[in-house]
Amino acid sequence: MACFLVSAAEALVVTAVEKAEEKKEHGEAAKNTEAVDEIKIPFSRKLKWLTYMLWGGAVLLAFEHVWHGEVVPWFPFLTAMSDAEDAAEMFNEMATVGVSMASLITAVWVGMCVAANSIVKRNKKVSAQTSEKM
Amino acid sequence: MTLLITVFASVITTVLWYNRKDDSMKTGILLFMYWGASLMWLVDAIFEYVELKEEYFTPALEDMINDSFLGLSVVALGLVIWVVRLLILDPKGSVKAALSHKE
Repeated sequence: MACFLVSAAEALVVTAVEKAEEKKEHGEAAKNTEAVDEIKIPFSRKLKWLTYMLWGGAVLLAFEHVWHGEVVPWFPFLTAMSDAEDAAEMFNEMATVGVSMASLITAVWVGMCVAANSIVKRNKKVSAQTSEKM
Repeated sequence: MTLLITVFASVITTVLWYNRKDDSMKTGILLFMYWGASLMWLVDAIFEYVELKEEYFTPALEDMINDSFLGLSVVALGLVIWVVRLLILDPKGSVKAALSHKE
C-alpha cells in the first residue's frame, strides 16, 4: 500500500547524513596535506551505497504502487487515505512490511561494509608481502 | 515474477560492473538500485508467503503475466534513470563534445 515510504524516509535521512559526512571529510582532507599511508574507504562513500539502495528500491517500488493504482497523482496521493479502515491497514503494513524492508537493506549494507573493509585489509596485506619479497 | 526478474537484472548488472574496464559507464548506481528493489520485493514475498502459504507458488496465469510485465517495466525504469544520470554526469564528455560541435 505504501511500504516504500519507510525506505524513502530512511533514504532522506541517510542522504542528509552522507552530505554532512562528505563535507566533514573534505574539511579534514584539506587540513591533512601530508600523504596518508593507510588505505581506507571513506564513510561517506559507504553511506552513498546505502542511499542508492534505499532510493532505488523506494522509486522502483513506488512505480509498482502506481501500477496497482495505490498511488495516484492527486491529493491525498495514496488511495488508502480516502478510507479510515484502509488507512489503518496501510499504516499497519508500513509498520510491518515497510520497516522490515528498510531493516533488511540496512543489514545487508552493514554486511557489505564489513566485507569491503576486510577486502581492503586483505589487499593491503598482500601488497605489503609482495613488496617485502622484492 | 517481479522479484525474479529484478534479481536477474541485479545479477547481470553486478557481473557487468565487476567486468568494467573503467567507471565511465557509472553502472554502480544501477546495481544498487536493482539490489535495493530486489531486497524490498523479497520481504514483500516473505510476507505474502506467510499469508498465502503454498498458494503463493501457484499463481494464476493472468497474475503471472501481469507481474512479468511489471517486472520488465521496473527494469526499463531503472535503465532510464541510469541513462539519464549518465547523460547529466557526462563522464566521457560526449554530450559536451556533441553540444559544442559546430557544423
